Amino acid sequence: MVHTLTPTADLKTDVDDVARLLTAEGERIADRDLDPWIADLDAQALRGLYRDMALLRRIDAEGMALQRQGQVGLWAPCNGQEATQIGTARVLRADDFAFPSYRETGVVYARGARPEGFLRAWRGEAHSSYDPNELGTAVQQIIIGAQTLHAVGYAMGIQRDGVDQVVATWFGDGATSQGDVNEAMVFAASYEAPVVFVCTNNQYAISEPVGVQAKAPIAGRAPGFGIPSMRVDGNDILAVTAAMRWATDHARSGKGPAFIEAVTYRMGPHTTSDDPTRYRDKDELEAWKRRDPLTRVEAYLRSIEEFDDAFAAQVQQDADELGAAVRSTCLAMTTAPALSILDNVYAEPHTGLDEEKTWFAAYLDGFAEEAQR
Amino acid sequence: MTQLTMAKALNEGLRRAMADDDKVLVMGEDIGRLGGVFRITDGLQAEFGAQRIVDTPLAESGIMGTAVGLAYRGYRPVVEIQFDGFVYPAFDQIVSNVAKLHYRSQGAVKMPITIRIPWAGGVGAAEHHSESPEAYFVHTSGLRVVAVSNPQDAYTVLRQAIACDDPVVFFEPKRLYHTKGEVDLDTDLADAAPMGLARVARPGKDVTLITYGAQVSTAMDAATAAEDEGIDIEVIDLRSLSPIDYKAVTASVRKTGRVVVTHEAAREAGLGAEIIASVTERCFYHLETPPVRVTGWDIPYPPAKLEKHHVPDLDRILDAVDRVLDRPNSMSEVEL
Repeated sequence: MVHTLTPTADLKTDVDDVARLLTAEGERIADRDLDPWIADLDAQALRGLYRDMALLRRIDAEGMALQRQGQVGLWAPCNGQEATQIGTARVLRADDFAFPSYRETGVVYARGARPEGFLRAWRGEAHSSYDPNELGTAVQQIIIGAQTLHAVGYAMGIQRDGVDQVVATWFGDGATSQGDVNEAMVFAASYEAPVVFVCTNNQYAISEPVGVQAKAPIAGRAPGFGIPSMRVDGNDILAVTAAMRWATDHARSGKGPAFIEAVTYRMGPHTTSDDPTRYRDKDELEAWKRRDPLTRVEAYLRSIEEFDDAFAAQVQQDADELGAAVRSTCLAMTTAPALSILDNVYAEPHTGLDEEKTWFAAYLDGFAEEAQR
Repeated sequence: MTQLTMAKALNEGLRRAMADDDKVLVMGEDIGRLGGVFRITDGLQAEFGAQRIVDTPLAESGIMGTAVGLAYRGYRPVVEIQFDGFVYPAFDQIVSNVAKLHYRSQGAVKMPITIRIPWAGGVGAAEHHSESPEAYFVHTSGLRVVAVSNPQDAYTVLRQAIACDDPVVFFEPKRLYHTKGEVDLDTDLADAAPMGLARVARPGKDVTLITYGAQVSTAMDAATAAEDEGIDIEVIDLRSLSPIDYKAVTASVRKTGRVVVTHEAAREAGLGAEIIASVTERCFYHLETPPVRVTGWDIPYPPAKLEKHHVPDLDRILDAVDRVLDRPNSMSEVEL
């Protein structure tokens, strides 16, 4: 009997201590554990994932630009995290359910959002950019880590319905310090709920480096809850896809929750209100630029002659079209009338609020009468 | 009609709600084999199984957060918070998610969650076991808040709360759990007074005494005592704290012109302040004297041996009644 458990992992969090199938230079490396999970993923499928990432990057660039132009109030960029978001979300079935955080534009994209579904909330027109029921995707969560519990609860519902759907939830390295994320892992493990935890370790929680949240690799925590985990290169879409297929298969086959730590980097600011030059070195950013999730896929596909200029041009054109659609739908958005702010607070009539609505309506009517005079 | 304790009436309410709708499930700590620390879920796990009477890990935010997920999935979770003072770890999930998701999703996502809270003092409990946190929840839009005062309402309003598509915080006065009363278990919910309406617990013409929960009993005792002095008190049992039935409240105040509000929760920014402000706005010219609050002091809940000095009793209520009647009272010489 061991009386004292000591951390087994090296306390230093090394970003290269990850499962990887595609190096930053685009070299395909073998991995006995991961390879079987993507054995059927051919060049055409990989080109599809590349296209997804390119389109996502374009949506993200439009979001940033529209904020700078005053068309959206705030934007939380996902630049650099495309492989983590697309690689995980694309593995889900349409009838699975997703619980993302505010930065998971790629999850929302992969779940099928229309152009207006990316930034209606960021523009300040509504609190959700899309209908959660339509996308099988919960309202993007701003309260750090709160959605992980929702995901577990949804998975408990799936268990009671006796079906083989799964739930995935995304959260950052900072969220792992929250009680909710730890409680979510306790509940998920206790009930063997079919949920996949995707921790996007993008190295920063606004300005705080991951070392403030964790002294050892985050993936190492999950086994302590009784949840198997995998730590992958979050900029390697092959590794992320393999890990997510392993995790969803684990959850779908009734074995309970699984945990993925995707090690990546937030290339942009926390949000458009942030100034990362105050807390990050240029060198660090440059080093991560060389680990870009898109260029390595292109390099690999070119090396096996599965990526040509015509494909690149087609992706460029698709991205331009989507970018234009995102922009035009944003500019065409109309703001709801004043009185509508009192709608949908309750699902059933509430005499207190209904009364306020008549008061506000009467107040607004006063202006209308004045205008007529 | 049958004589039941409030605890048993709640138990029956849960049983029938679960039998009627298989989407209803109950979650909480020790609610399974034990039947809950107050035995409100007694026998329910044996009847409905562990998938519907769910013993949870000991984490209130976890209970509330997973209830949100179950609601997303189409379930109607009833959450038991073991004691009033243990709801605070769940506060973030309640305020940020339970209360807001219907609004945030423009009505696409409903949160039909009933949050049952054994509530308030008077039972000689340890610290953190006698709190009255209702004002926090009343202040949070998106929540409905109810507080029951008798076995019949406990049964009926609980069933209405579970059937409601909005989240409902349901306060159960601990010191009335074992008080018996007539309960019609076959009451048709469609015929019952809708959730949200107040009840005239005792008609009267001299003073309107507004209260809710366990204080209703104390208010009734005060009214009986006042009768001996020829004072006719109308007792309003609010039942619903969000929304508040101002139609019933103002009808009474317009009749009596004198208002006392009593609750066990602290005075500052409490329900009494809100009620009196609204009453003053709506029927100022019907008021004969300034309305008065009789509440718990603005203190953390005191030790059990001293709680009788904190929870407003019959005498403190009658003292306030004297104030609104311009009769000699403890505040006669005090300048406010």
